Amino acid sequence: MYEPKIIAFFCNWCTYTAADLAGVSRMKYAPNVRIVRVMCSGRVDPELVIKAFDLGADGVLIGGCHPGDCHYQNGNHKTLRRSVLLKKLLPQLGIEPERLRLEWISASEGEKVSRVCNEFTEEIRKLGPLKREVKNAG
Amino acid sequence: MPDKPWVAFYWCASCGGCEEAVVDIAEKILDVVQAVNIGFWPVAMDFKKEDVEKKPDGFFVASFINGAVRTSEQEEMVKLLRKKSQLIFAFGSCSHLGGIPGLANLYSKEEILSYAYRESPSTENPQGTIPRTSWKENGYSLDLPEFYDRVFTLNQVIDVDYYIPGCAPPPDIVMGAFEALLKGELPEKGSVLSPNKALCSTCPLNETKPDRLLIKDLKRPHEVEIDPEKCYLLQGLLCMGPATRTGCGERCIRVGMPCRGCFGPLDNALDQGLSMLSAMASILDFSPEEQAQLEEVLRACPDPAGSLYRFSLPRSILKGKIRRE
Repeated sequence: MYEPKIIAFFCNWCTYTAADLAGVSRMKYAPNVRIVRVMCSGRVDPELVIKAFDLGADGVLIGGCHPGDCHYQNGNHKTLRRSVLLKKLLPQLGIEPERLRLEWISASEGEKVSRVCNEFTEEIRKLGPLKREVKNAG
Repeated sequence: MPDKPWVAFYWCASCGGCEEAVVDIAEKILDVVQAVNIGFWPVAMDFKKEDVEKKPDGFFVASFINGAVRTSEQEEMVKLLRKKSQLIFAFGSCSHLGGIPGLANLYSKEEILSYAYRESPSTENPQGTIPRTSWKENGYSLDLPEFYDRVFTLNQVIDVDYYIPGCAPPPDIVMGAFEALLKGELPEKGSVLSPNKALCSTCPLNETKPDRLLIKDLKRPHEVEIDPEKCYLLQGLLCMGPATRTGCGERCIRVGMPCRGCFGPLDNALDQGLSMLSAMASILDFSPEEQAQLEEVLRACPDPAGSLYRFSLPRSILKGKIRRE
């Protein structure tokens, strides 16, 4: 069966801690998600998202604190606006906007990490692989 | 003529504006032709490909190549010039970044040929003929260059030494490059010959920008009467200044047009369009509760790829639309 490759950027203060909680609570979730810890979801430059797709990710998941809870006050507000803008650009670049997902997951929501990772993996599985065909001149 | 160095000019997928840019240096061109011999310049002089082939390798001190690379003929010519030249200058946005022709990377070769030769409203082509690379008729065979699947920047095809940015490059940047070459004062290989600073840092309207630039609305240039004395971003216009390098003399800004980004990204940016997207996300003043309003406002930007990557799509991370196998 096709196994999607998913890159997740989780913020240090909420979602990554929640992923930790999911781990120590021995919750199971899809192993398709590769987590990258960042200090804030606001650190996730659009270049990182597109680079992930370019290098073979089939989906990109960004996890941050709930609005109002950001350790840096409003980093996640910027993340939200970037994701809205990116989702508008992605179709023109041949990427379904559903391949990018933004979720607010607080440090206590280990169960949400597991649920979101499972859901997203299944969604991407349905969309199928995102493969690049690279041709050089000549 | 013996001691003067030889230079070459060539054009690929471009509009011809870069050829104009060479003569735009006006009477200073006389200084240039006094200092160098021009050995190849198809748009202005009658030299042929064989003339270049006959020269020894490294014969030209420099070749100035404008235009992106889209066909096998262009590829062949730039590879030939690479062999015959000591230095290659990518001249203008198209060879530097892909330029306007680079936006074709949002479509496949098949889509482009089919639209241009069959579907467009002005096309009359009942037999549905589409160009082929070779054709035999009465024992004669005809060949055409191949139209590639993608538009390439010059440095995706050959090794490039320097980049002269701009659509078209302004006279002082062109002259600066010629002078640096003639005086042997060229910077490090791979440099873009304009300052590595954002356009905003030299923009005459920068003073009108508040400390925190925040906007609630986006507009398209034809929808508003633009105030030429107020930061265009503040007026809700997509001005590429924050994500574009300076050196252009703020030509567009000074005549009431927001920057379109022809000088390309700064040295440390991987992707000009995404840098700008990120900048817009910072200045669009919408809280998480106002997401629906933000989406509504974005309707003023019906073609984000075309606006953000107007000149730089082939030089972006994805280089164009992702193709499925």
